Amino acid sequence: MRFKGTDDYVATDDLMVAVNAAITLERPLLIKGEPGTGKTVLATEVAKSIGAPLIEWHIKSTTKAQHGLYEYDAVARLRDSQLGDARVHDIRNYILRGKLWQAFESEKRPVLLIDEIDKADIEFPNDLLQELDRMEFYVHETRETISARERPIVIISSNNEKELPDAFLRRCFFHYIRFPDEETMARIVEVHFPGIKKALVREALGVFFETREVPGLRKKPSTSELLDWLKLLVAEDMTPEDLRNRDTKNSLPPLYGALLKSEQDVHQLERLAFLARRDQRGG
Amino acid sequence: MFVPFFLTLRKAGVPASLREYLTLLEAMRAGVAGYDVEHFYYLARSALVKDERNLDKFDRVFAHCFKGLEGSIEALFADIPAEWLKKLAEKTLTDEEKKLVESLGGWDKLMETLKQRLAEQQKRHQGGSKWIGTAGTSPFGAYGYNPEGIRIGQDEGRQGRAVKVWDKREFKNLDDDVEIGTRNIKVALRRLRRFARHGAATELDLPDTIRATAHNGGMLDIKMVAERRNTVKVLLFLDVGGSMAQHVRACEELFTAARTEFKHLEYFYFHNCLYESVWRDNRRRHAERIPTWQVMHTYGTDYRVVMVGDASMSPYEIVQPGGSVEHWNEEAGIVWMQRLLHTYPKAAWLNPMPEKHWGYTSSIEMMEKIMGGRMFPLTLAGLDGAMRELGR
Repeated sequence: MRFKGTDDYVATDDLMVAVNAAITLERPLLIKGEPGTGKTVLATEVAKSIGAPLIEWHIKSTTKAQHGLYEYDAVARLRDSQLGDARVHDIRNYILRGKLWQAFESEKRPVLLIDEIDKADIEFPNDLLQELDRMEFYVHETRETISARERPIVIISSNNEKELPDAFLRRCFFHYIRFPDEETMARIVEVHFPGIKKALVREALGVFFETREVPGLRKKPSTSELLDWLKLLVAEDMTPEDLRNRDTKNSLPPLYGALLKSEQDVHQLERLAFLARRDQRGG
Repeated sequence: MFVPFFLTLRKAGVPASLREYLTLLEAMRAGVAGYDVEHFYYLARSALVKDERNLDKFDRVFAHCFKGLEGSIEALFADIPAEWLKKLAEKTLTDEEKKLVESLGGWDKLMETLKQRLAEQQKRHQGGSKWIGTAGTSPFGAYGYNPEGIRIGQDEGRQGRAVKVWDKREFKNLDDDVEIGTRNIKVALRRLRRFARHGAATELDLPDTIRATAHNGGMLDIKMVAERRNTVKVLLFLDVGGSMAQHVRACEELFTAARTEFKHLEYFYFHNCLYESVWRDNRRRHAERIPTWQVMHTYGTDYRVVMVGDASMSPYEIVQPGGSVEHWNEEAGIVWMQRLLHTYPKAAWLNPMPEKHWGYTSSIEMMEKIMGGRMFPLTLAGLDGAMRELGR
């Protein structure tokens, strides 16, 4: 079982080594990186690549570790008892399985994605230590221990909003997805838009990396923004010349709305372009 | 066989633990890396480094341990400010200049001179042919040309030479640029949590449901209550400027942690001692001031006050009207402090100065007395004590 990247996903060598280490040693893999560099997509692609079912657990600020294991629906049981429902005699009917339980039960070794773990409460990772380490947990209501049939491949993504506890980190492999360089980016574009005009991509990438270099942007455009923008460029049938001639008449790249997501960033870019033009004229 | 590497890594400040080292060995035995040194590098990085801030340190140690890079380890870890090496320009050299550069001595001599230069040099430097910086012809620095040069902080071989992955040091800019240790601070701040129920009733109130059901003669009567939320309210006053400059880091960490931990947090800045006005934006501290009276009238007495400052000043700044170093204050600092403490009985002062030095500064002693002994050092233990005091 080895991950080699897929037709739709360009995985760099270091990413593949990290994923394979996590698969072989059955340890969780923690993925960090700039927003929009494909952290979440990775789990989908790993699952696709090794033909495993994917179970996604999206974390919110209110998510508790217990939600991933199971929840006991006492209210439903109470209501059923009032109505004389026969189901009420078996407590099992009122235990709702969480994502982790689902992953433990899977016949085939699944990929479990714990998405944006840093969104949750600061103690959340600590509460999952035992469960992820031993891949088992105890259900108090039914007095049984649930353990994984096949240790799932756990992929955890984090956006760095909170620091994770050391004890948790020690148990994981870690990979930081670096922002792709121009060469990798060209490969990524090729994967998403097969047969796109080379000249257009070259110009677009030029504009894109230039925009990323602009100092003081609140949100630098990332891979996903580039792909959206290219989709628009293709749809609008833009030519490489449209992109190249922009600094003479218009300071902003065409269809910039796909690249820059905040008004301040658009202003910042306009201001810098204005200064650049003034300097050109002056000197 | 990798023990020296592991130990050097720890010495360089990468917090790799024994467990992580064993994981690496296990992965090696399982054949994850194969026999490829690059893959081994990726694997080791993935197993031993858990924080992107440490990736650059890891790269440096890896290069040192596995390439047998000559020269001393001190030179590798000499702290060269990144701004010196910022890529700004690249110089094109004439053949004549290149020859001149080649005339410098061999490798050993370069390392020796580098160490010397590092010690001498004080400022960022660009161009020229002696100092470390960018785009120069000195043997040290990056983006310049010197066939025998030592590269410091360069992304890739500019003159087309092959560079190993770890030598690219792509993670250079991730080193130490984010706050560290806020997690511990947040955990300490949690002591102050005050839960209360408000908002929509979304949770089942089990005791009340049982009571109501019994009252109903056994027919179910479900009672709901609102969710518990952290309702503690905090006013944070931060001393800025002057002697506080050296404590900026600790204060920033505290502030970052407090911002995320407390839903109701209001912060204000002051200088040295509290007077008739405070401000919220340091860049506009002279333009936009908020009268301290207004603060005391706006925020209810259920707010808890946290003062952060070193309380190191001239005693006149506390007891004398007009004693402030910045402006003419009609009323003495002590009057304002007492008013504040009168309005907000729950208060604590966090002092970034080490506790053992407090006795040497009379203003600290005075301030501690004003605070009624509620001054705590800005350490985790001190924070814990302060939160306990506020939580009472």
